[in-house]
Formats: sequence, structure tokens, C-alpha cells
Amino acid sequence: MVHIEGLERVLQEHAFFAGMDDGYRDLVAGCAANEVFHAGTYVYREGDPADKFYLIRHGQVALEVYVPGKSPIIVETLKSDDLMGWSWLVPPFRASFDARALELSRLVSIDAACLRGKMDQDSSLGYELHKRFAPIVAARLAAARRQLIDLYGHPEE
Amino acid sequence: MTPLPAIADAAEPMVPIPFRIERTVKNLSDTFTVDLRPEEGRKPFHFAPGQFNMLYQFGVGEVPISISGDPQDPETLVHTIRAVGAVTQAMAGMKRGAVMGVRGPFGSAWPVEAVEGSDVVLVAGGVGLAPLRPAIYHILANRARYGRLVILYGARTPRDILFRAELEKWSSRLDTFVDVTVDRASGGWHGNVGVVTKLIGRGGFDPDNTAAMICGPETMMRFTIQALNDRGVSNERIHVSMERNMKCAVGFCGHCQFGGQFVCRDGPVFRFDRIEEMFLVREL
Amino acid sequence: MTSRHPNTQHKSVIDADGLQSLIGVLRDEGYQVIAPRASDDAMVLGQVNGIEDLPVGVRDEQDGGHYRLVPGGGRALFEYGPGPQGWKRYLYPPEERLWRARRHGESFTIEEDSQSTDKYAFLGVRACDLRAMEVQDKVFDREPQGDPRYVARRKNAFVVAVNCARAGGTCFCVSMASGPRAKDGFDVSLTELIDDDRHVFLAEAGSKKGVELLERIDRRPASDTEMSRADAIVSQTAESMGREMIADAEHVLARNLESDHWETVADRCLTCGNCTLVCPTCFCTTVEDVTDLSGAIAERWRKWDSCYSMDFSYIHGGSIRREGAARYRQWIAHKLSFWHEQFGISGCVGCGRCITWCPVGIDITEEARTLRDGEKDL
Repeated sequence: MVHIEGLERVLQEHAFFAGMDDGYRDLVAGCAANEVFHAGTYVYREGDPADKFYLIRHGQVALEVYVPGKSPIIVETLKSDDLMGWSWLVPPFRASFDARALELSRLVSIDAACLRGKMDQDSSLGYELHKRFAPIVAARLAAARRQLIDLYGHPEE
Repeated sequence: MTPLPAIADAAEPMVPIPFRIERTVKNLSDTFTVDLRPEEGRKPFHFAPGQFNMLYQFGVGEVPISISGDPQDPETLVHTIRAVGAVTQAMAGMKRGAVMGVRGPFGSAWPVEAVEGSDVVLVAGGVGLAPLRPAIYHILANRARYGRLVILYGARTPRDILFRAELEKWSSRLDTFVDVTVDRASGGWHGNVGVVTKLIGRGGFDPDNTAAMICGPETMMRFTIQALNDRGVSNERIHVSMERNMKCAVGFCGHCQFGGQFVCRDGPVFRFDRIEEMFLVREL
Repeated sequence: MTSRHPNTQHKSVIDADGLQSLIGVLRDEGYQVIAPRASDDAMVLGQVNGIEDLPVGVRDEQDGGHYRLVPGGGRALFEYGPGPQGWKRYLYPPEERLWRARRHGESFTIEEDSQSTDKYAFLGVRACDLRAMEVQDKVFDREPQGDPRYVARRKNAFVVAVNCARAGGTCFCVSMASGPRAKDGFDVSLTELIDDDRHVFLAEAGSKKGVELLERIDRRPASDTEMSRADAIVSQTAESMGREMIADAEHVLARNLESDHWETVADRCLTCGNCTLVCPTCFCTTVEDVTDLSGAIAERWRKWDSCYSMDFSYIHGGSIRREGAARYRQWIAHKLSFWHEQFGISGCVGCGRCITWCPVGIDITEEARTLRDGEKDL
């Protein structure tokens, strides 16, 4: 864990942590690390252990599904200020999609095993984090459903 | 406010005037654009961004289509048409030199003059970019009169992106923020994937001093209004372009009624707070 | 119509011969005189050449889904209520060609149909139907773009109103403040006065044209007794009216667009569109583009349409108003509520035709009342 000081500031400025108790944020920061991904490289792949989640500081990451013999299908792209990955919260803790950097991307990763341990010890920290993840999950689910309905065309034409 | 251009021959609004097709461009698999010129001796065609014409295919029928060209060029009348019914499919087969009937312009306009001085956010979905393009032309031609200009566009796939070259051109301007998203893409796509409402948070506009103009299917507009409201843009700062069945375009046939409004005459562009109550009443 | 203001200076009395010569003068002036005639077991509008073409002693029975012509026993010429047709079928016909176009190579020219030269005199127009004309004027005679055919026919028309001596079974004009007295909007109004030994009409001019017409026929000044008898007849009609529209229907409808009651009406409504056809103010139309076999000539026809059809609200593969409940709501809410917003007046004139001619007897006054009473339960 390098640059802990810098990471605390990064977390403090990120919308996900807005209004969070300093003590809790410090606990999370204790599990955080900076990571850099070059264009085309994978942050994680479908089926990988979900041992981290990420805050995107800069860049763009695609969530993809690998299709044999074809280009992968991109189902969502995430950009700076977005949060990426919630499989770490849900057993069996495996990534559901590939995450691939579309350009040079700087991410903060948060170690799930470290955080899950702290959440188990302090259930109010666990509640705090679940409260912050649930709206993101709900918004992504709503968005995903909207992507299904041909929002820009006229269905059944 | 400048009075809106109205149909030239007010005495007989039901008679189409022949216009010659100067050029046709196939934009997408089912969408094409025609440049029309009035036949010799006819007056130039003036319109305001957001207005529409009734286009007549000889013997086949007539359809309401928004004007998608440049309001500053009254010599060329441009329409972008999606071939979805008998009339528009017949129009898709028309070549340069053929003649189309035109009645118009009809309806209300995007408030491009009234919103000078504020940030402008334009949100389009699918072929809904066409009715907004005249507003974009107007704003770019008078760029200094506006604050931030944000153009957000959603399409089904990268193949369905309308006016792609122009979006790229606008995007390369330093004074315009353009963001495009698609519902799904394959590896060749380096842009956004996700619903258009996701882009709204990234525009960097000032919600208290922003005019939003939305054009797309009603469902897309509903979600977009929600997202704009979530960002603090109030309904009197949001304009939408409504679509209804139209036969006459002058408020006689009754088909386009939307509560107490005639979409052909009171719309198609409405300030959202004025139709807000009706907008969520189903099957109205 | 040159003036809407009745001139009480011109109340006079004419007899049957006077009515005959009134029709004659109108015909001499080039008017096609249209009046209700007993035909096909109903009062149907048609051309009349003289009073011999008018129904004598015929009354009607009207109720929800019920219409019968019955003998009235007397000599009265105007003792029946509104028939199935409104006068709109003359001013805004069910089918009308808007233009014809001819192809020339790639282009075409419009051979514009000349403006209408129809010159109608309407005889026997009731107060509700005068209101209906006023309502349709607001729809079609509008700046800057009116309908030139409607405007021309309306300007050319001569209107002979008749004050109702009997309330029809489904009438509610009193509550719509449109009748039964013809207050304005006519050239001449008549009140039929029948005694044992007399059959006359109190005639009143409502315009300069009306004054000029009455000057050309045999008449005498009306006595005070005749004038007060005419008043009493109309008052009696008003008092005997059985139906009533609720007050403030405009806002009741506007508040109840999402009421559960629409489903209940939809269980009965057949979405047949009869109410839109018989309504004297319903103005919706569609257009049909047709060609001849060679494809060289194309025409556009305008035809009455109904908001009860699925096609009416069709866009991109579907109809906006899919459910019968939504289509009934559109009709009644337009009529009683949206119309105010659009034209500053109710679209309902209280003629009761939609009640009479609804095959299942849905009653516009009852539905509005049910919506209002539903609010009290909240």
C-alpha cells in the first residue's frame, strides 16, 4: 500500500464517499491501492474471484461479454467518477463480466477480503457500505433494463 | 419573440406545393435525407428550428416530418425521413429530380432565441436528432450568445448513429460538448455503452441556468426528463417535441389532440411544465 | 349571417302561407332549402320545396338508445326534437374532395377545386344546433388559417331557427345554457303558435338578411299576447326538460382523467363511434389519397372520422388509445373539458343525440355526474 495519504484524499473527493464518517473512510482507505491499466488490458475477467472493487479516477473501462469467434459485446462503459464491481459483496464473489480498459485508465482498487473482514467485525460499517452500493446497483439495473427496450426506436415496427 | 414562419398561402392550407428533390442521402439502413428546392418561381422556404412539414408522395399519401436542415438556408429544404410506413417507404425510392409535395411549415419551435445567455443541453434519441439539428445549426451560428452547449445522443448500436460525421465535427469544436452512447456495441466501438440518461451527469452544465431540449420516442423523453430533474433542471427549463397522428396539421382533423393541446398547432415543441400533468396520463 | 344580434323591432306573425312564401323567397334567392323531413323512420335532413315537404303532426320519442317517430295528433310542423343528423353535414360534409392533382413527368400540378358555392338555407334549426354552429365556427373559421369551404358555406347560409315547443326525451340544453330559446346566431327565428282555429308563427329577425327576407312576405305585427304566449311555450319546454349536465363539468372531467370509472363505462361502450357521428360539434376527419388507374390523377378526400377507431391515434406500429376506456374518455373529456381550453367554449350543446343514438344508452350527463359523485366519496 503506497501513497496512503494521497488515497485518502482521492476517496474523500469521490462522490461515493460523500458524507461518510471519516473513521469509516479511513478504514476503507486502509484497503485501497492505486492501479493503472493500459488500453486493451483487462481489469478482471468473467469468473475471476471478485476480490476487489474499483473507483475510476481517469479513463474508460468497458464491461463486456466474451463471444467465441466474435468481438466481445460491450454492455456498459464506465468513466471517471464511476464505481465498478459489486460481485465482491455477493457470494460466491465471482466477476460477472469482463472489465477491459478502453484507454489508459487510472483506478483505485479496494481489497474486498480486507474490507469484508472489517464489515463483519463492524456491522454498522457493513450497513453503511451496503447503503451506498444499493442505489448504484439499482440505478445500473434500471439502466440495463432501459437498454433492453429499444428506447430510441419504436418497438414492434 | 419573432413570429414563427407560417404556411405561405394561408387561404388554402390543405394544398401541397411541389418541391424538387435536389439530393438524397441514405443515412442509415432505414433512414434517408432529402434536399428539396422549390420549383422555379416559388419563394424561398423559411422555417424555425423544430417546425415540421406535411410531405406528400403523389397519389400515395402524406406524412408529418420535421425539418432537419439549416434555418439560415431558405433555398434548401431538408428532411430526414425514416421509412416505416407505406408513404415513407415510397419516398425512400425517390431519386434526384423527382417531386414531392410540401405543406408547411407548421407548429411551434425550439426556443432558441428565448434561451440565449443560458447553457443549452440537447438530448436526442435515434432519429430524434433530426428535429434538433436545425436548433444546433442556429446555436452554432450564434455561438457567442449561449453558455455551455451540450449535445447528448443515444442510439441502439453504433450502426444506428444518425449524422455521425456531423456529430464528430461538432465534437471536435472546443466550444461544444458532444457525447454519444449506444445500447450495445462490439469491440470496435470506443465510445459509451449505456442509456442516454447516464450522460446527463457529465455535461457540466449549470442546472439553474440551463435550457434543455429533448427529442426522441416518448419513453426516452420520460426517462430523460427524470434524469434532468434529478440534476436540478426544472420543468419550465425543459422543452420536448411530441409526436401524434396528424392528418391536416392545422388543427382541423383532431387526430393529434393531446388533452387540450393540438400537437400540430400548439406543438410539436412544448415547454414541459405546460404538459407535465398530461404527460404521465396513459393513453391520453 | 351578417349580424348575431336579434332585433326585437322585427317581431311579426306569419301564417302557413307566410311560411310557404318564406321558403319560396329563399329558393328564389338561390338558396337550397334544407329542413328535417320524416324519412326512414327518423327526422332526416333533406331539401324541401315547400311546406308540403315538412312533417305534419309528427313527434318523436327519445331516450337512451331509443328513437321513434310517433303521431302527435295535431297540425304542428316542428313538434319533434333533434334528429340524428346535425347541420354539420351540410357545412362540413361527411366526404369532400379537397383537391385533385395531375402528374406531369416527375412533377405535378394541383387543380384546385373551386371554393364552395353551396348556398343553403337551413329551416328548423333548434337553439342547440345554433350553438353547435357557433362552436364549429370557432373550430373552422379561425385566423390565420380557416377552412375555406366551411367558411364559404357558413357565410352563404341563411338560418331559420325554430324555438322548441317540446323538450325532447334526451335534451339538456337548459343546463348547457344553449336553449331552448334561440337567442342569436339566426337570420329569422320562428315560434309555432297553435290554437283551435289558428296556426301561425311568431317571426323574429336576427340579422339584416332576416329583416330583408321578412319584408318580402305577408305578415302582421305581433301582439303582446302572441309574444307572451311564445315566451310561455319556450319556458314550458325549459321546465319540462328531464336531463341536466352537472355544473363545472369542465373541471370535473379534468380532475378525473385517471378515474377507475372509465373501465366501468368501457364495459358497456361498444366504441362504435355513433356518438361522434350524431354529435353536431364533433369535427374530426381523416384524409384519403387516391389515384386513378393510370396514376396520372390523384385526389385528396377528407372524410369524417371518429376518435373511437384504433386507427385514429395510430403512430409507428401502434395506437396511443388502445383501450376502449381511453377512447371513451377522449371523447367525453374533449367534449366537456379540453374543448374549453381549445376554443373557450364547451363542445357539448345539450342536444342529447349521443344519448339517443348510443346503442347501449350511455348518457353523457350521467357519466359526468358519476365522476363528480365519485369525488365526494374520496
